[in-house]
Amino acid sequence: MSNEGQIYRISGPVVTAKGMSAAMYDVVRVGDEGLMGEVIEIHGDQSVIQVYEDTSGIRPGEPVLNTQETLSVALGPGLLTQIYDGIQRPLQTLEEQMGFFITRGVDADAFDMEKTWTFEPVASAGDEVSGGNVIGHVQETETIVHKIMVPPNVSGTIKSIESGDFNVTQTVATLEDGTEIQMMQKWPVRSPRPFQTKYAPDTPLITGMRILDFLFPLAKGGAAGIPGPFGSGKTVTQQSLAKYSDAQIVVYIGCGERGNEMTEVLDEFPHLIDPNTGKPLMNRTVMIANTSNMPVAAREASVYTGITIAEYFRDMGYDVALMADSTSRWAEAMREISSRLEEMPGEEGYPAYLSSRIAEFYERAGRVNTLSGEDGSVTAIGAVSPPGGDISEPVSQGTLRIVKVFWGLDAGLARQRHFPAINWLNSYSLYPPSLDQWYRDNIGQDFPEIRTAISGLLQIEAELQEIVQLVGSDALPVDQQLTLEVARMIREYFLQQNGFDPIDAYCDINLQYRMAKAVLTFQDAAKSAMGAGSALSDVVNVPARSALLRGRFEEGYIDRIDDMVKAMVDEIEATVEEN
Amino acid sequence: MAGKEYRTITDVKGPLVFLNKTEPVAYGEIVSLRLSNGDIKNGQVLDTSDDMVVVQVFEGTAKVDRQAGVTFLGDVFKLPVSTDLVGRILDGAGRPRDGGPEIVADEKADIIGAAINPYSRQSPHDFIQTGISAIDCCTTLVRGQKLPIFSASGLPHNDIALQIARQAKLKDSDEEFIVVFCAMGITAEEYNFFRSDLERTGALENAVLFVNLADDPAVERIITPRLALTAAEYLAFEQDYHVLVIYTDMTNYCDALRQIGAAREEVPGRRGYPGYMYTDLAMLYERAGIVKGKKGSITQFPILTMPGDDITHPIPDLSGYITEGQIVISRELHQQGIYPPINVLPSLSRLMGSCIGEKTTRDDHKKVSDQMYAAYAQGRELRGLVAIVGEDALNERDKQLLDFSAIFEDRFLRQSRDEDRSIDETLNLCWELMSNIDTKYLVRLDEELIAKYHPENRA
Ligand SMILES: Nc1ncnc2c1ncn2[C@@H]1O[C@H](COP(=O)(O)OP(=O)(O)OP(=O)(O)O)[C@@H](O)[C@H]1O
Ligand SMILES: [Mg+2]
Repeated sequence: MSNEGQIYRISGPVVTAKGMSAAMYDVVRVGDEGLMGEVIEIHGDQSVIQVYEDTSGIRPGEPVLNTQETLSVALGPGLLTQIYDGIQRPLQTLEEQMGFFITRGVDADAFDMEKTWTFEPVASAGDEVSGGNVIGHVQETETIVHKIMVPPNVSGTIKSIESGDFNVTQTVATLEDGTEIQMMQKWPVRSPRPFQTKYAPDTPLITGMRILDFLFPLAKGGAAGIPGPFGSGKTVTQQSLAKYSDAQIVVYIGCGERGNEMTEVLDEFPHLIDPNTGKPLMNRTVMIANTSNMPVAAREASVYTGITIAEYFRDMGYDVALMADSTSRWAEAMREISSRLEEMPGEEGYPAYLSSRIAEFYERAGRVNTLSGEDGSVTAIGAVSPPGGDISEPVSQGTLRIVKVFWGLDAGLARQRHFPAINWLNSYSLYPPSLDQWYRDNIGQDFPEIRTAISGLLQIEAELQEIVQLVGSDALPVDQQLTLEVARMIREYFLQQNGFDPIDAYCDINLQYRMAKAVLTFQDAAKSAMGAGSALSDVVNVPARSALLRGRFEEGYIDRIDDMVKAMVDEIEATVEEN
Repeated sequence: MAGKEYRTITDVKGPLVFLNKTEPVAYGEIVSLRLSNGDIKNGQVLDTSDDMVVVQVFEGTAKVDRQAGVTFLGDVFKLPVSTDLVGRILDGAGRPRDGGPEIVADEKADIIGAAINPYSRQSPHDFIQTGISAIDCCTTLVRGQKLPIFSASGLPHNDIALQIARQAKLKDSDEEFIVVFCAMGITAEEYNFFRSDLERTGALENAVLFVNLADDPAVERIITPRLALTAAEYLAFEQDYHVLVIYTDMTNYCDALRQIGAAREEVPGRRGYPGYMYTDLAMLYERAGIVKGKKGSITQFPILTMPGDDITHPIPDLSGYITEGQIVISRELHQQGIYPPINVLPSLSRLMGSCIGEKTTRDDHKKVSDQMYAAYAQGRELRGLVAIVGEDALNERDKQLLDFSAIFEDRFLRQSRDEDRSIDETLNLCWELMSNIDTKYLVRLDEELIAKYHPENRA
């Protein structure tokens, strides 16, 4: 059989070709227009292909050509600040070539192949190198040094290496055996990139969102799921993470979601300042946008394209954070393709391999010792969109089985405009035991104890609320009424954080710690004042307390909070004397 | 390519016809069927191979037998587009329904529609004043947004849609919208209501209607919204119009989708709807928006009726996952005799933040809207409590909030079908109503705004 066959059947995004030799995941060109596709099943001399573009108007009998490459991404300088579709075609180039509608049959390089970059070698002739070793640096954006690595399956002795300006396909180094190394390499998206060993995570990914950093922390190299019904805040949360988390590189995948949301990121990020570097956020960001109305097969591929790019930056020793919004749309793409293949469906029509695909995806997250011996990580955060908000469905369940952090968004909280609408009673993180040492060493010795106190108060509140529902809060003893007030302060002052507030949207972890302590200080001061005869309402209403609460919306709060707490304590103590 | 007629039908099932041994037929190709009695039906290829072709017949397969002649027309479904469309009424397959001539056009557009490149989109940010307080204040509509109405049978969603169509304008501008109206399986009575209202106000001259009624072929509903959106895209992106697309009822559309899925023996998703319904709906809803460098825009107002008033039903659920918010109509408010019975609590406009404020509406808009919402939400919640413990058990603040919730419904929500309130009037009304609550309880308003707008401080 040859590389070329003919179309036998077309059913939506699935095309069957006859008479073509093929291996699984080979990339093929379909029809007279040469639409890109990938072999996903082989039956005798028929190859079943998922096509990454619309198939309307294609006929049986048209040619199919096997390129014999597997679906790969191009990796090299030029990735950062780009926005790609699910198969790594830059949307800007697509616009230049076909206007504002995405039509089909257009090929586009992942990045500018002509553009030159200044390559500075960090290895020299005579050095023994192997896959993953860094041989040179390119200052790709203001903040990020792109490390040029030997491709994973290459090794040898450097014969020559040059410094200077090169484009990504020019040779920068040659090995003794004649192998030439360029700045660009390719990697098949469905295979994880190799590393030496995986470590247990021990450092938190600091997000600037209080409920996340404080109560349900995520580790660098960890994985988190954010399930929630429509309109509950998945996208706002993911975008906040992309803006404020202390990752060095961010890969943001808009998978089967809205076009306008990607446009928003494109508009905003170049003007937003990364709180960790003081430079525009765009400098560290790669975006993949395969919106809901773009071809489903490319949506299926988009998460692999994204995570491969993430692993590549991890291999340079960076901490990478990857957001996928929404993994449910990815799962639905799998379901659609699977049903066209007439595969035996599993639960709710999803293919039987759904949960293993989900697990394999999150397994590509992790903190590793890279091939070059550095420490790098990929943190993966996936939104999940369960039908009707009910997480008993297969995608939510498959995700929860593998991730260690669950940030459960709650329609009720969103409706009350309590944002982020993360339910503090059913969300969880399994990381605190491995992260507590970091928090003690870097933020405060008593950090874990404060966390326990805060979440304990929220638990007690939930129990007390049940009684209040029956008898009203006035019927409770005053100490319990105080507990309710303190819990309310935790919710409204500490947990609530408007993702669009110019100041409060991002909260420094040291400030978070002081805010949490401020709540507990209030509790202590109130308790002793009330023990000495003060009324709860007097204690709650001291002016310095409202000043403390409001302060978080003002610049420089971190410098003032200690004084404000002190003023509040003084005023609370003064309520005793007034009695 | 068109020409040869095949008589090779093997099976007929639901809206589908299966035939074999044909020349290569394109995926998505348009098909004409000639029945033994001379009737002509139209269809489209859903699956094609060397051995077998599956055709979905828009008019349904009644009277189709194995002798029917099948001709493949050599092209995918296209709509002739021209500005002549404006002022016309077409049927659900794009043929004149108003007795007028065929649409002549130099250009024919593929009705499936291509995705707008996210890189080419322009974020919507222009405030549209609908003149309806609940919408303008609480779930502000933005030009280029897709904002559905979640309603249920027997509720006045059509009146609301028409009122919006009549009144919608940019603040301080007379620029009008072209309305593209798309009916899918609604009753003749509902349609006449829309039509006569558009006629009465003269809007019909500035509208294009695509009409598939309850007794028209169900499968045709699959293409009706695509025709409407194709017309909208042409008018917006090639003729610079601002287009408002109203389509009703999405529930009938989804049911047609389910019918085809069942006939193909596909594995059904929730409640029997196809697993790809999210993607299918997105292919419609995502055809809203604005494109950089183009003057026109497409704003979408899909109307859907929630079966059993259930917002978790797949139709509203999947829609909510795609659209940029929703306006929820409440049976309870309707039964209280309030028009428009919009429940602002579950309603949301996700793009609102980008279009309100000092430069566009008014400096107090955001805070007023937050405060109105919060006070009403608390007042509504207290109604439940009062039912148990009685009104006397409430403290002063709670009493005021409880009373406010009634005032909110009676004076803020309620307005007549032709009452067109400007955004200033709406916000002033908010202040007037909020003055029934002590300012110390209006915690979402700041002192500066209270000094500027509170009725007490205004001469
Ligand atoms: N942290 C937040 N701060 C302020 N507002 C928020 C926050 N989170 C969500 N919101 C509000 O809720 C709306 C919906 O949020 P978002 O778009 O993130 O929902 P979603 O869960 O992604 O929904 P979908 O599944 O439909 O995409 C936002 O437009 C905003 O008004
Ligand atoms: Mg979202």
